[in-house]
Amino acid sequence: MATQKIPLELTVNGEARQALVHPMARLLDVIREDFGLTGTKEGCGEGECGACSVILDGSLVNACLVPAVQAQGSTLRTVEGLAGVDLSPLQEAFLHHGGAQCGFCTPGMLVAGTHLLETDAVQDEAKAREGLSGNLCRCTGYVKIVDALLAAREGRS
Amino acid sequence: MKDYAHIGRSVLRREGRAKLTGAALFTDDLKIEGLLYGATVRSREPRGRIKGIHFEEGFPWEEFIIVTARDIPGKNVVAHLQQDQPCLADGVINHAEEAIVLLAHPDPLRVQDARARVRVDVEPLPTVLSIEESLACDPVIWGQDNVFKTILITKGDPDGARVKGHFQLEATYRTGAQEQLYIEPNAMIGEATAEGVLVRGSMQCPYYVHHALHEMFHLPLEKIRVVQVETGGGFGGKEDYPSMLACHVALLSWKAGGRPVKIAYDREEDMACTTKRHPSRTRIRSAFGADGTLLALDVELILDGGAYMTLSPVVLSRAAIHASGPYRCSNLRVHAQALATNTPPHGAFRGFGAPQSLFAIERHMDEAAQHLGLDPAELRRRNLLHTGDAMATGQIMRDEVDLVALMDRALTEIRYAEKRASYPTLNAGDDPVKRGVGFSVFMHGGGFTGSAESTLNSVVALEGTAGGRVRVLAASTEMGQGANTVFTQVAAEALQAPVDLIEVVPPDTALVPNSGPTVASRTTQVVGKLVLDAGLAMRKTLLEAGLLADGDVAAAIRTYVARHGALRTESRYQKPDFVEWDDATYRGDAYATYAWACYAADLRVDLVTYETQVADFVAVQEVGRVLNPTLAAGQIEGGVAQGIGWGLNEEVIWRQGSMANHQMSNYLMATAADLPRIRVFFEERPYAYGPGGAKGLGELPMDGPASALLNGVQHALGLVPRQVPLTPEVLMDLVEGA
Repeated sequence: MATQKIPLELTVNGEARQALVHPMARLLDVIREDFGLTGTKEGCGEGECGACSVILDGSLVNACLVPAVQAQGSTLRTVEGLAGVDLSPLQEAFLHHGGAQCGFCTPGMLVAGTHLLETDAVQDEAKAREGLSGNLCRCTGYVKIVDALLAAREGRS
Repeated sequence: MKDYAHIGRSVLRREGRAKLTGAALFTDDLKIEGLLYGATVRSREPRGRIKGIHFEEGFPWEEFIIVTARDIPGKNVVAHLQQDQPCLADGVINHAEEAIVLLAHPDPLRVQDARARVRVDVEPLPTVLSIEESLACDPVIWGQDNVFKTILITKGDPDGARVKGHFQLEATYRTGAQEQLYIEPNAMIGEATAEGVLVRGSMQCPYYVHHALHEMFHLPLEKIRVVQVETGGGFGGKEDYPSMLACHVALLSWKAGGRPVKIAYDREEDMACTTKRHPSRTRIRSAFGADGTLLALDVELILDGGAYMTLSPVVLSRAAIHASGPYRCSNLRVHAQALATNTPPHGAFRGFGAPQSLFAIERHMDEAAQHLGLDPAELRRRNLLHTGDAMATGQIMRDEVDLVALMDRALTEIRYAEKRASYPTLNAGDDPVKRGVGFSVFMHGGGFTGSAESTLNSVVALEGTAGGRVRVLAASTEMGQGANTVFTQVAAEALQAPVDLIEVVPPDTALVPNSGPTVASRTTQVVGKLVLDAGLAMRKTLLEAGLLADGDVAAAIRTYVARHGALRTESRYQKPDFVEWDDATYRGDAYATYAWACYAADLRVDLVTYETQVADFVAVQEVGRVLNPTLAAGQIEGGVAQGIGWGLNEEVIWRQGSMANHQMSNYLMATAADLPRIRVFFEERPYAYGPGGAKGLGELPMDGPASALLNGVQHALGLVPRQVPLTPEVLMDLVEGA
């Protein structure tokens, strides 16, 4: 018997989007497969690595841990929504400080970093490190990511 | 140093924008029509005989593509150094998580459901699950004696010199397995028919994958095409394993009549079944003179290679050559063996054997210093190699490097003398948090060992386009380390052209020559030199055609291509004249050059929680000319973080030959909050045979942190830790047993 799919509506990066989703689908699957926004990555599927970080109704969440149906009517921001015509100040800072190496954790780092900046949670380096501790990076040792975040906070790139 | 237009500058990462906007497409991001999803049925037992494969009755198996060893058109091997590893287990199981059956279906959920409905009956056989059991040959599980490879390096009279020493020390050091933990799990897509095989995916070495597919399919080389897709980290973990995964997806597609098949491992499968750093056991017996002179070293090094040979002999080679560290020693024996056990094969991981043997010697030096009543810095000062000294293999150290000065710079940066003196007094108080400062001095050989670079015979090509651009054609992959950017800088420098003129072509075996695998800190040093030479050749061609009068390289290329139809230059590896190596005796120039370093750590050991925290970390290294300071520092910082993890927290827990903690929630990798700011300093001494003077540097930072940290723990507690990771549990046992 085919599973009854559920209609889902939400605002994604400022645009109204709909999808018919499996009741057990994760928000991550809907973002990647139904909306085709593959910038959001799956690194572990258990909320440890943060590669699937997105901003859902103003909260930073791991999209792999959120049932898609729970996002009904929500406003969602993904890495694809961070840049306008130009890169965002944080993206620009990542580029200049070398915050991205392999690039796989980068979308989640940028989304988490954007959320930290918008909630004024980057008072100093210790706060920046604490704020980013839900996002794992295996390439950088975090120094250049932290530097990019601090630079973006001060309006430098 | 020579002033360059592009070399030595922090040119921005070429693919940076794509990676920052989510536009960069990794393997699992590719949208492919008619895709089937693959899954792997694996063994639970570490060793046994396959008695039968049962597919649950009543399940619609006709919807699935099913592949077993019998479906393999050519040889059932994953070709590496030796053809001992099957692509799919046939009759016997030699390790837990060994692949037995492959399944594919259009619905990814259905294929996962089906995997659980295949039962493999295995008659268990006795196992070998540790170095000790393997040595005892109880039972023999590989060859005649469980030994993949033995290496012996000798110099002088180590036994005689040891007896004459004023002071002798014997100690055994152990290191654990380590998961590479690239954040992108392994993923591959295959399309295969008798007309041709195309495999695309996450990998370090497209031509390794090409070779493996060729051996398994028995198809002509030109019918096999391998394309590297954006790769989310490798660290060695995508050096040999992708050959296995490529064979699996291609086999499924072959059986499915050429429909594309993807296997993207989830994290648990990736951690459970792919390669890890070789666990090791190293016994060092040393003798010193009364003045602290190192008189003799006798090193017995053993690596646990897992169930199949894969790359173990070459990992062993690097471990053996680095085993005596950066020290002068006239009387030396290094006896090194890689042994078989019934665990998944251990493989390449940044450092490739050197971290294991350097950990042992650098811990040993601090132990010896304590016994001799010398400061560890003073003991090293008396024994470090100088230019012109002979290394373990008899190689004369040509690098003009002052290791004492390198060490002193690191010690000054960490404020070693002051902390060394003041911490014991501070630690005598009631505060359960004890302080320690420790360091290590070490080196890492750049490129393949011995004559292997000549055997690889790498080629790079540069192509001018009709539009006046330059394409760099090499099989060397970008996996985050910065190959795209460094090649761009080097090519632009050679051509005296702007960097925007250069495009590094994504590796595709149908387009790029074989510039060798992307491993062994060779990409910048060796392949970068080929890019430089091909660039210089192209500039010469343009000059000789009289097209560079006004210096406009793009216009010159356009004109040349319009006149001649094409512009292509190639460069092939030529070993530096002085390099001589004898693989039979292990004598000669093991590496054309080495990168050198001293790392120092200031740490806090909490005797309530037994956690060790790194408060400050200084990394000073000499890596030739630094081509791109931002990228180079990023490599060092990342490598140090991995080294700290290996030293303190990253423990692979084995249960019956399987990794029990194969999740990110119970295999503990450091977060930003767990690490200090890693402070990186470069000494720059241009290396004559590297592009713009560069040496390889990617693996170096993995070699030093663990011993520096444990040396700091020795300083803090007065105990002698001899194994990594030094988890709180291990440290508690050590403290309570003292």
